[in-house]
Amino acid sequence: MGCENIEFDQGWGEMEKGIEKLKRILAGEKETPFTSREYMTLYTTIYNMCNQKAPHDYSEQLYDKYKKTLDEYITSIVLPSLKDKHDEFMLRELVERWLNHKIMVKWLTRFFHYLDRYFIIQKSVPALNEVGTTCFLNLVYEDVHPTVQDIVLSLIDKEREGDQIDRALLKNALEIFVEMGLGQMNRYQDDFEARFLQETTNYYSRKASKWIEEDSCPDYLLKSEECLKKEVDRVSSYLHSSSETKLIKKVQHELLVVYVNQLLEKEDSGIKVLFRDDKVDDLSRTYRVYNKISQGLDLVANVFKQHVTIEGTAFVQQAEEATSNQASNTPGGHEQVLVKNILELHDNYMTYLNSCFQNHNLFQKALKEAFEVFCNKTVNGSPSAEILASFADHILRKGGSEKLSDEVIEETLEKVVKLLQYVIDKDVFAEFYRKKLARRLLFDRGTNDDHERSILSKLKQQFGAPLTSKMEGMVTDVVLAKEHQSSFQEYLRNNPDVHPGLDFTVTVLTTGFWPSYKWFDLSLPSEMVKCVKVFKGFYETKTKHRKLTWIFSLGTSHINGKFEPKPIELIVSTHQAAVLLLFNASERLSYSEIVAQLNLAHDDLIRLLHSLSCAKYKILNKEPSSKSISQSDSFKFNPNFTDKMRRIKVPLPPVDERKKVIEDVDKDRPYAIDAAIVRIMKSRKVITHQQLISETIEQLSRMFKPNIKAIKKRIEDLITRDYMERDRDNSHMFRYLA
Amino acid sequence: MPPRASKRKSAPPNSSSVTSSDGRSVSSKAKIKELEKIDRLFNTYANSSLGMIDPEGIEALCSDLGVDYTDVRILMLAWKLKAEKQGYFTQDEWQTGLKALGVDSLSKLKKALSDLEKEVEKPSNYEDFYTYAFRYCLTEEKQKSVDIESICELLNLVLGVQFRPQIDSLIEYLKVQNDYKVINSDQWINFLRFCKEISFPDLENYDATQAWPLILDNYVEWMREKHS
Repeated sequence: MGCENIEFDQGWGEMEKGIEKLKRILAGEKETPFTSREYMTLYTTIYNMCNQKAPHDYSEQLYDKYKKTLDEYITSIVLPSLKDKHDEFMLRELVERWLNHKIMVKWLTRFFHYLDRYFIIQKSVPALNEVGTTCFLNLVYEDVHPTVQDIVLSLIDKEREGDQIDRALLKNALEIFVEMGLGQMNRYQDDFEARFLQETTNYYSRKASKWIEEDSCPDYLLKSEECLKKEVDRVSSYLHSSSETKLIKKVQHELLVVYVNQLLEKEDSGIKVLFRDDKVDDLSRTYRVYNKISQGLDLVANVFKQHVTIEGTAFVQQAEEATSNQASNTPGGHEQVLVKNILELHDNYMTYLNSCFQNHNLFQKALKEAFEVFCNKTVNGSPSAEILASFADHILRKGGSEKLSDEVIEETLEKVVKLLQYVIDKDVFAEFYRKKLARRLLFDRGTNDDHERSILSKLKQQFGAPLTSKMEGMVTDVVLAKEHQSSFQEYLRNNPDVHPGLDFTVTVLTTGFWPSYKWFDLSLPSEMVKCVKVFKGFYETKTKHRKLTWIFSLGTSHINGKFEPKPIELIVSTHQAAVLLLFNASERLSYSEIVAQLNLAHDDLIRLLHSLSCAKYKILNKEPSSKSISQSDSFKFNPNFTDKMRRIKVPLPPVDERKKVIEDVDKDRPYAIDAAIVRIMKSRKVITHQQLISETIEQLSRMFKPNIKAIKKRIEDLITRDYMERDRDNSHMFRYLA
Repeated sequence: MPPRASKRKSAPPNSSSVTSSDGRSVSSKAKIKELEKIDRLFNTYANSSLGMIDPEGIEALCSDLGVDYTDVRILMLAWKLKAEKQGYFTQDEWQTGLKALGVDSLSKLKKALSDLEKEVEKPSNYEDFYTYAFRYCLTEEKQKSVDIESICELLNLVLGVQFRPQIDSLIEYLKVQNDYKVINSDQWINFLRFCKEISFPDLENYDATQAWPLILDNYVEWMREKHS
């Protein structure tokens, strides 16, 4: 190392030699690459010039010269080359010039590296690299970037329209924007991306408005999927990755969000047609495409919900109209069909939910809400809860009229339970079900215990024990009654003298489990009086603490009618039997005589007499022989009655129980609300009014939906009864009083 | 106050010989004298066999005080006395009450009545008095609610002056509605809240989803229908 100071001009002269060589290499002229030696010399020159003692420490001048060199190069060589070029050619030139510039900066930085180590830190000035970029930025980029943006955007547009473009070129060009940001993305975003996104929006908005008119829903979706794929591809090919989210969001919005309702509700190809024609692929595509959009599925689920609601409501309307149009029909026939239709609808859409919509909870919710709309409609005066109970009843009556297999019955019952979740008044269902269950258990021979218990356990699982506990009790009662009967038979055998001379069975029902029945103070025929007495005697040997109330209206009697043509066995209700047996003693009885002897109310007696004299089987002859019973009529035994069968059942049409069921349920609801409120208060101790209301509704939701007024009334009542009180300071809070 | 047919004559006490006792006297002799006067006054109106002032006695007291026995000030007096049973003042209640009022003669009591009105109207006392008024109507043991007719009278008496339009309207409603035959204490206390908080007659700030008793929800509905 020489100890002599290098003079600035001298040192710079050395450097210039190297710089000129570099320029020649960059210009593509024939030149040998830099050797290690050459590099070392240049590096060392700088080193020395910076380490000389002042005033020969030339760091600052060198730094300036560095910058000047670059500026000069750009001004003299780069700018002219760009001046007269256009479009793609301009782009190409720019990319090349930028690449060159970077190489120049790289080499110069190596030569001048020593400045980077100490000078820039000392003086807090930008590093050599940064200076390099800044020179290009100020002299070239600021000038050309609007033009570059135009060119890039028009190339992208060309590509979108189907032409091939030079993707690598675009990639390089856009990288310039990024690098010009010096570590930030602001140049890329401000000078390119903003307008790019805007033009993208405009482009797809135009396309969408055209396609939505021309294309079918599936085609449109296919096109949209394609476009989105292409845009993603575009990003990975030449756009900066940070653009992807913003870009996709814009495209999705223009294509899929703006027109979503128009698209999915298309008359000939929309969602409802896809369902109708079972287009699983198209439906899955719809889900897939909208799943990628934030809140996109909400939009689809909404259309789905409306569609299902319309379908279900149509079935309901069908049932309403069918019944009112027909003069006579099988009672409830149309309602049975309705339930079948709704069950089928449910099956179908559950399948779609799984196969096309990934069982997504938005769609589950949509399905639920749709079903809740039409599963709570009243059809021809019959509430949906009743219709469903009748449907179940129909199935359970010895498999219904179609003689279904056990498996099918089980399946159908399971579906009925599923459908019940959409019915709001579940307690109404329970009450109707209970009434029908009672009739099945008491009158329907050969009910299948397994099916009965199975549906009860399904109901219990879904909706809790309160719904089914009474019904389970009923089924148990009937089973126990059979056991009872055999011990009663034994009792009769052991006490032959008390035998009434008739075969009879007694079914003991636990009050409380069974629906409440009207009690009639019927005067029994003497033969039956004996039976009652005997059973009472037997029952008292079993237990002394129970009271028996006899409900003869639920009983069945077999009577031998000695008609002239041939004897016929009549299966009648015990009340009917009581009427008929009167005629063993008298040939002719007037209405008033019958009333006096039987002690029944007029409504009930008229029903009975009608069934025996004006209906299908005329066991009694009525004078006058009009179609209805009046209190001045008289009756005679009809000896000429006959039928081709040897045994007939004389039906007694049941009283319409609908009103009573609804009344009974309405009466019980306040107690249920009370119980829920007390439960909540007991566990919370202190609670706000709003919370109490919402928790009460939630607790009772398995049985019914109480309205706020009803809850308020119960709160009032509970306050009066000192179960709870209003907080003294906070009028909207309540406190539990232990 | 329950009306009584017969009137019992009473001997007005001689007020001229009363020494001043404003209840603040420290000397026990003065205190004993005061108590004696209070007791004497008590005995003037008390039913000797019962050992307390009964409705007849109260009626007599009213006439001597120059107020109607249905006057709200008698109710206020009962409140001050913390009387438990409607129509009756026990000796204890009488003593404590009159001592608190600082009176030991009829004329002083008369004057104290008008002061009492101001005392009751103080916000800190008013709610207490209002609640007391309801309790005072619970005449039977274990009675929790008061019949509509009595409530209407009580509302008029207690709130009528301060909230005339609301009370008149509310009373009209209570008489025509059929949902409730009696009012419980919770509903009672909310009548006052209603008058204080709800703008009248527009009822603009009434929200039925909040914790107002159902009877007021119904009342507001009725009002809104009437004026629509």
